Amino acid sequence: MNDMRYKTVFTPEPPKIVALNPAKIVAEDVNVYYGEKHAIKDLSITIPDKAVSAFIGPSGCGKSTFLRSINRMNDTIPTCRVTGKITVDGEDVYDSSLDVVDLRARIGMVFQKPNPFPKSIFENVAYGPRIHGLAKDKTALEQIVTESLKRASLWDEVKDRLHAPGTGLSGGQQQRLCIARAIAVNPEVILMDEPCSALDPIATARIEELITELKENFCIVIVTHSMQQAARVSDLTAFFHLGILVEVGDTNELFTAPQEKRTHDYITGRFG
Amino acid sequence: MSDHILKAYDEDLSALKNMLSEMGGLAESQLMRSVDALMHRDGKLADDIIRGDEKIDVMEIAIEEKAILTIAKRQPLGRDLRNIMVTLRIASDLERIGDLAKNVAKRTHAIGDAIPRRLAAGLNRMGQLSRMQLKLVLDALAMDDADKAMEVWRHDEDIDALFNSIFRELLTYMMEDPRMIGACTHLLFAAKNLERIGDHATNIAENIYYLVHGKPLRDERPKKDNTSTTPFSPIGREAE
Repeated sequence: MNDMRYKTVFTPEPPKIVALNPAKIVAEDVNVYYGEKHAIKDLSITIPDKAVSAFIGPSGCGKSTFLRSINRMNDTIPTCRVTGKITVDGEDVYDSSLDVVDLRARIGMVFQKPNPFPKSIFENVAYGPRIHGLAKDKTALEQIVTESLKRASLWDEVKDRLHAPGTGLSGGQQQRLCIARAIAVNPEVILMDEPCSALDPIATARIEELITELKENFCIVIVTHSMQQAARVSDLTAFFHLGILVEVGDTNELFTAPQEKRTHDYITGRFG
Repeated sequence: MSDHILKAYDEDLSALKNMLSEMGGLAESQLMRSVDALMHRDGKLADDIIRGDEKIDVMEIAIEEKAILTIAKRQPLGRDLRNIMVTLRIASDLERIGDLAKNVAKRTHAIGDAIPRRLAAGLNRMGQLSRMQLKLVLDALAMDDADKAMEVWRHDEDIDALFNSIFRELLTYMMEDPRMIGACTHLLFAAKNLERIGDHATNIAENIYYLVHGKPLRDERPKKDNTSTTPFSPIGREAE
């Protein structure tokens, strides 16, 4: 009976990008509860590798909750309970033998507000590779930091002040520093929770350009409140409403001809 | 369809719809009157139609400006986006219909008095058919009715078939009496214009289908106008 109530519509079935690219993250019948509150209801989705998937929906619809279940960020909330199955490359994320620290190195995260460590630009990026033992000596570490800053399109702006505090950068630069920090540990997946909502349009455009470049090598999942942003950067879009994954489709289809009325009402600004 | 949270967005869209429907009404009236002018060789009416075309052109520009402004301000998605794109395309079809009607009216002055009665009846019938198609498709547009639009789309072959027979008839008249060539050529162009108006009505029908269903109409449209591939063989002369 639940199958009927919480059915997801695919536009088309399966979406072209899902058929084209290998699957990276597969969720099956995922339910998330915060105490009594049923925050995610019977969610199943396949997220393709080397592509950008966007989660959209009104506040409180469960998109961030689901994003946080992928790298078990929800473990830090005592009342939170997750059932069902989420796999990354076929490996169960909630397997009790799995090391959560390793998991979060494989699945990096970028948050809404840039949150650099109160350390130098260099140290912000070097911290992860160092604790995970990814660099065998100082030269190797420097190389990782340089490479990560370059990939995050920040190198040219900070190369002369690597030892200045990361918190002294502009908002957009700080966010790119956080992206550099996330990619320094060589993750497979990058989760982004509204990465541009605190940034001005120019800094936003830089991040979007960066996301497009990064998808060559990573599986990127982004939660965004900006429909235009989802339309601009993503290949796959998933629309959430009241904890239900309502519609998943190729971005090009979903924003021009969605099948579900709820999706349509939301993207066209008709939701009451 | 429920309303937008922003009332001004609904007002923008309904203003566009009203402008388009007014433009459609103008085009329909120009078409109807141009066939009348031609049938009755009414030069005064023809001049009136020729002057009236400018109003349609002005409306098309106004619709374009309003549509571009709405895109810039609202960044439409989904059906709203399709709606605006379709409005632009239909406005352009209506503008062409206005031009073609004007061209029919212009020929009133050129054909002189002599139109064989049977031919006049055929042309009149073509005028009626194309006007009916235009009227139906404008109704379908007003009601966002894709099924009705599809009816128009399917019936275009009736106009094509009629044009085909008028084409052959005109050739026959011209061969029988070379003094008729001037008038008949003008009538041939007039008939071709009416046939083109039918084609624009089917374009509009295709756009309504896209608006409603979110995907383009892919089927091959039935085509009965084969005059461009017909060799020179007027009626009754095939044997020679």
